[in-house]
Formats: sequence, structure tokens, C-alpha cells
Amino acid sequence: MSIPTRHFDALIIGAGGAGLNAALQLATADIHVAVVSKVFPTRSHTVAAQGGVNAALANVLPDNWHWHMFDTVKGSDYLGDQDAIEFMCREAIPTVYELEHAGVPFSRLDNGKIYQRPFGGQSQDFGGDQAARTCAAADRTGHAILHTLYQQNIRAKTHFFDEFFALDLVRDKEGIICGALVLEIETGEPLLIEATAILLATGGCGQIFRTTSNAHINTGDGCAMTLRAGVPLMDMEFYQFHPTGIAGKGMLITEGVRGEGGFLVNKDGERFMERYAPRAKDLASRDVVARSIVTEVKEGRGAGENGDYIYLKLEHLGADVIEKRLPGIRESSRIFAGADPVREPIPVFPTAHYQMGGIPTDRFGRVVIPAKFGAEEVISGLYAAGECACASVHGANRLGGNSLLDILVFGRLAGKDIIEYVRANPHRRETDPVSLEQAMARLTRWDRTGEGVPAHQLRAEFRKCMEDHAGVFRTEEVMAEGYQKLSELRERFKEARLGDQSKVFNTARIEALELENLIDVGLAVAVSALHRKESRGAHSRPDYPKRDDVNWMKHSLYYRDGDRMDYKRVRTKPLTVESFPPAERTY
Amino acid sequence: MKISVYRYNPDVDQKPRMQTYEVRPVQGMMLRDALLEIKKQDESFAFRHSCGEGVCGSDGVNVNGKNCLACVTPITELAQPIVVRPFPGRPVIRDLVVDMTQFYEQYRAVKPYLIRTDPMPEQEIPQSPEDRDQLDGLYECILCGCCSTACPSFWWNPEKFHGPAALLQAWRFLADTRDQATEERLDALDGPYKLFRCHTIMNCVEVCPKGLNPTRAIGRIKDLMLEKGL
Repeated sequence: MSIPTRHFDALIIGAGGAGLNAALQLATADIHVAVVSKVFPTRSHTVAAQGGVNAALANVLPDNWHWHMFDTVKGSDYLGDQDAIEFMCREAIPTVYELEHAGVPFSRLDNGKIYQRPFGGQSQDFGGDQAARTCAAADRTGHAILHTLYQQNIRAKTHFFDEFFALDLVRDKEGIICGALVLEIETGEPLLIEATAILLATGGCGQIFRTTSNAHINTGDGCAMTLRAGVPLMDMEFYQFHPTGIAGKGMLITEGVRGEGGFLVNKDGERFMERYAPRAKDLASRDVVARSIVTEVKEGRGAGENGDYIYLKLEHLGADVIEKRLPGIRESSRIFAGADPVREPIPVFPTAHYQMGGIPTDRFGRVVIPAKFGAEEVISGLYAAGECACASVHGANRLGGNSLLDILVFGRLAGKDIIEYVRANPHRRETDPVSLEQAMARLTRWDRTGEGVPAHQLRAEFRKCMEDHAGVFRTEEVMAEGYQKLSELRERFKEARLGDQSKVFNTARIEALELENLIDVGLAVAVSALHRKESRGAHSRPDYPKRDDVNWMKHSLYYRDGDRMDYKRVRTKPLTVESFPPAERTY
Repeated sequence: MKISVYRYNPDVDQKPRMQTYEVRPVQGMMLRDALLEIKKQDESFAFRHSCGEGVCGSDGVNVNGKNCLACVTPITELAQPIVVRPFPGRPVIRDLVVDMTQFYEQYRAVKPYLIRTDPMPEQEIPQSPEDRDQLDGLYECILCGCCSTACPSFWWNPEKFHGPAALLQAWRFLADTRDQATEERLDALDGPYKLFRCHTIMNCVEVCPKGLNPTRAIGRIKDLMLEKGL
């Protein structure tokens, strides 16, 4: 098999915030780095992040990274690793300043400092008054950051492979991962990219659900690639449903709306969050607010003809504040909900939003798996950062504003670690032809013609099934049935066929390849969820309504082979401060 | 509802053709939804799209003669029969997918990144809210290309004229009080083509899905050049 081959010191798959921040470190250090992205970099989904990035700059209210750390640990429902969380909250401050220096157009305060807004789950002084920790560029923070990072990569002359789809990781004869087989979408031709270090920064998998705030491209590609390479995915049962998606459509309405003073009401006009979270109310943690909304609707207090959504009110903020701080939201609401928030409330309902779990890494972005000498052995040369990775800083529930932070901090750190790694390991590795053939089989599998289910039909069925069986509330019965259906879908996938056999910019073929990834990652979510018999963070089981720290304060590890589960301990010891012991979580 | 779309697949087609599909309109349907319906009927139909909410800038197309972003264009606003074509003036790769290489090259050519010679402070570089306001209407560009591919000057000279999108970004950095490369940026824009091929036709302003105004930004650059005596 003769496939064109390129060599780089480092290969980054994915050009969102994590991938681009890592690339920037590498290119600036004159490391020969390639970034592969299935879309032009500024189309990556970081662009859609709205509200902002958390850092205890204390520009508006008193703040401290240690308070940020407490909020994050509590928000994670005590499943986050406290060493990684401490690290992220400390690093947040220089990371945000570095971004500002790179050119991010943050909104400003009168004194010229970066504007910060309150967000859910934030407190001063370890659970006291509301904090204002989220650094914002109006409500387009992700856009501002992603474009800035791309621009800086232009300056640093990073090498981009735009519109190349990663098929699979490849190994050398010793079994060490040494590159990836990718597909040039425009020509339909494969290309082998070999590299000393590989960073997966492929983002989330929101497309496993039918209603999602995630883009069409968020298909869990990197997670599925690592699963196929025998690496387990960690804590995949913890999938965040953002409380406020536009009802029936799923587009995101930032938590920043509530941060700026907006609130939720049911059909009776009642401010119902006061009942569920008496203190934090609408700025309780996302899992709490999402469950409250679903409960209101289930109990018949939903608004609209079918009683299937609730209202987000912000008229009282006034046109000036809305135009200044939330212009993108106003635009989205007018276009997709037909409601101008200056005059009327926005109809909202929870929407699939963010995977807390992912590829297990340490705090340097190195992929770690259970092996001979412990539960967290480093896989040489393989890194992951961003939403596809799990460090784990979000545990069972992520706080708003911590996602941009996570991708930036760990993207940057992974970049720095890769620099050291590449310098210490200068020799090239050669791909084993057997491994290459296996990766190619993923592509050639779609050359088979004849009778079969159309791939796009399976994709729709699969997404509906995930929505019905792995949603906000999960019982044994619902999930067991879901697992059975998903297993059947996985079997039927083997008979899936592609009608369009052309090569040039064949998007049907890309979608078919993505479908395989969706199924692999969806099953990781479903199986991990079925096994966890407690309620913690975003994983909410009416049949096991309590958190069970005795039996379940541990990370899940899902292996694709045989849908096998394993577990590892939570790292409760921070780096320099005292541990936060598990406590009851109220807002 | 009938939608006629431009079809061309170099693997099988000798030349491009228009193909009409029947799509059932639903409440709140955007043009992207309609294109996805067509793709359900005929998976060989290719177009770019991703976020579905007008921020990633992938799904710029030409509909009924005007460039737009498909995901934020309600079909109710379009006169029937709806005719969808690729961006004008760009080489077609397949169906609605065009080659945007030159567009991106022009963007990169304006050095669209902050240049600062002073050492960085430990904290943020201070900027007043008023100075920051100068960036509104500039930084929001999503690089969809609706403007530049609607610009006759860009059609004639895509290799020499930067085009409205790139020039909007050129002004975004000139307008940023933190940037310290004004002279260098203005010098680079001098000459008959890069900037001065703009004849204020204003197609760019008319089609921008984010409501931005590249023509005004270009005017500001020209004003600044005069002011600096270049």
C-alpha cells in the first residue's frame, strides 16, 4: 500500500481553542508542528462559546483562585481531581492575561481592566456571596478567543491541513502510536502524517443527541479514535445539559443572561428557581437548573401550547444592557425563537451541551491509562486536551466559564510538555503496515456497495435513541432498554451503506465516518451511565436519588472491547492547599 | 416548495447543471434546514455547514442572486422559486462548495494579529471602554466570505485586491489602541490595488450576515492614510 506520507515533530488533531493554543506554543518554540482540522480553523466550535472564561482576576468583586477552586470542586460534585483543579484555577490568571496580550477584544470596565460577569456556581469566600469571575468579550467570547488564537498562529507560521479528516491513529512495530491516517476532504485521498507527539484536541460529541447546542462537526472523533486504540474513556456518563437552549431547537442561550440579571419563570410567571436553590436561585449550578426546568415541565407548569418549555426573562435589564452585553443573544433569539428579548421572554429548555468526561489525562495533557504499574500510566507521545480530554477538572458537572478555561490552560500546558517531549525524543518512528491497513479499512469499508441501511438514516435513529435513553433523568429501565437498542444499532451499522461513491468533497462519506465515531462514543456514555448506581452532578437517577460517596466516589473507565467498565480513584489531594472533603451540595 | 440548486461533481459531471428538489416547508425553517432536507433526498449533494447559528461562517451561499449565510436565512424571506448557487467568482470544488484559498490568503496578507513592541505588562494592557467600543462592528467578522465574493473589485482582482473581509480586519487592528504597528500596516496597504481597488460599490455592506460595514472601515483606513500624510 503506497500512501503519501509527511513527517512532523508534533501533530495536533483539531483546531479549536485547545489545539490552537497548543500549536501556538509549539510553533513559537520552532517545533515543526502540523494542525489537522476537518473544517477551516475558525469554524471550530470554540467559536460558539458565548459567556466567557473564568479567572480570579478580582476586577469587579474580591476574588481568589482558591475560591475558584472551591467552587469548581463543589460544582464537580466532588468527582473532580483536586490537583488538576488547583492547577487550572491558578493557571487561569496568567492564561487570561496572555490571551489579552495576544489581542482578544475583552469588554472593559471604566478603569480599563477586563470586564467580568457573575456566572452560575461562583462564590466569594468558599460558598459566600456571588462572585463575578467570568471574563467576557460581550457574549461572543469564544469567537473572540478562537479568532485571536488563529491569528497568532498565522503570525507563528503554524502549518495547517485545513479540511482534512482524521481516520485513525497508527502505530509502529513496537505498538507505539506514531501518527494518524487522515483524509483530504477535497480530493478524497488519504495521507499519512507521522509525528513524534500527537495531541488530540477534537472537541465534544454533542451530535450523539438529537437536540444539542453543538455543531454538526462535534462527533467525538478523537474520543472514538482513542477508544479504538484500546484506551478507555473516563466519566462519560457525565454529560451536561445546558439549562437554556432555545426550545425545540437547541441553540445556546448563555448563562451570562442570568449572570447579567435575567431569570427563569414557569407558565404561571413564578420564579421557580427560588424553590430549588433558595440562595443562588437562577445562578445555581447547571445540573441543578436543568433538572429544575425539566421537573417544572413534567409537573405541568411548562409554558406554550404543549407546555414543553419555560421562559427566560430579561426585558427588565433594558435595551442598553442587552445591546451592550448580550447582543449575540438578542440576534439568536430574534432569528430562531422569533422573540426579541428586549420586549418578550425567550422560550427555553435544556439542550445537550458538554461532555465532562473524555480521554483520561494528567494535568500536562498526557494520556494516562491503567497498566502494569498503576492506574495512571502515561502513554508515550500521546496527548489530549480540550473537551475531548478529561484531566479531570469538571468531575460530574462543569461550571459555566470553566470550559474555555480548561481548553486554554490544558492546551497551553500540553503544548509546553510536547516541546520537552519532542526535544527528548528526536528519532522518527515508522508506521507498521499492518496498523496502516487497519486504519485504511475504516475508509475502504464504505466502498462496499449493495443492499444495506443508508448511513444517514442510522445516524438519525441513533441520535433519537440517545436522547430518549440517556437524557437529564435516567432510570435502570430506561437505560437498559436504551443499551439494548444501541447495541442493535451497532450491529446494523455493519450493514450500513453509502450510496455516493464519488471522491471529491464527498460529505456523505465524511458523515458516514463520523457515524462510526458517534456510535462508539454514544455507547461509552450509555454503558457508563447504566453502571453508575447513584445520582451525582449531571448523572441523575430517580431510582438512586442520593450521591453515594462510599461506593461511587470513583472515576469510570469504559473500554470499547466488550463494553467493559473499570474504575479508578479520585485524586482528592491538591497540590499545595488542604483538600476539600465531600459535603452536601446545596445552592 | 421548489428549490433549485447548482450541481457539479467533477468525478461524474462534464459541466454544471441546476437541479430542482421539492422540500416541505416547516415553521421556522432556515435555508440550511432546507438544504439538509435535500441532502436527505440526495446524499450526493454537497455543501459546507456546521454551527447552524450564524457564528462559524461555513455555509455562505448565493441565493436568488444574493450572498447569505444559509443557517440564518429564513426561507419565508426568499422569493420562490428559490435558486441556490455557490459564491460567485470562486472556483467550484463541488456543488455549493467553493475554493476559498485566495480569500484566506488575502486575510493572512493584512497581518490580522496584534503587533506590540512595548514589553507586556504583568496584567492586562489597559483599554478604556470607549477605546474598546472602536472594535465593535469589526471583531465580530466570521470570515464567511459573503462580502468579498459579492465584491466586483474582488472578482476582477482577487490576487491583488485584499477584498472587504480582509480590509475590515486591517482596520480592526489599526483601530485597536493596543496595536503599535500603524505605520507598518498603512505602508503595506499603499499602492493602486490592495486597498484602493475599493470603489465603494457597497455590495459587502448589503450582504454581511453580521450587519458589519467593511466599506466604512475602508474609508477609515483611507482617512488615516491622509492624516498620516502617506
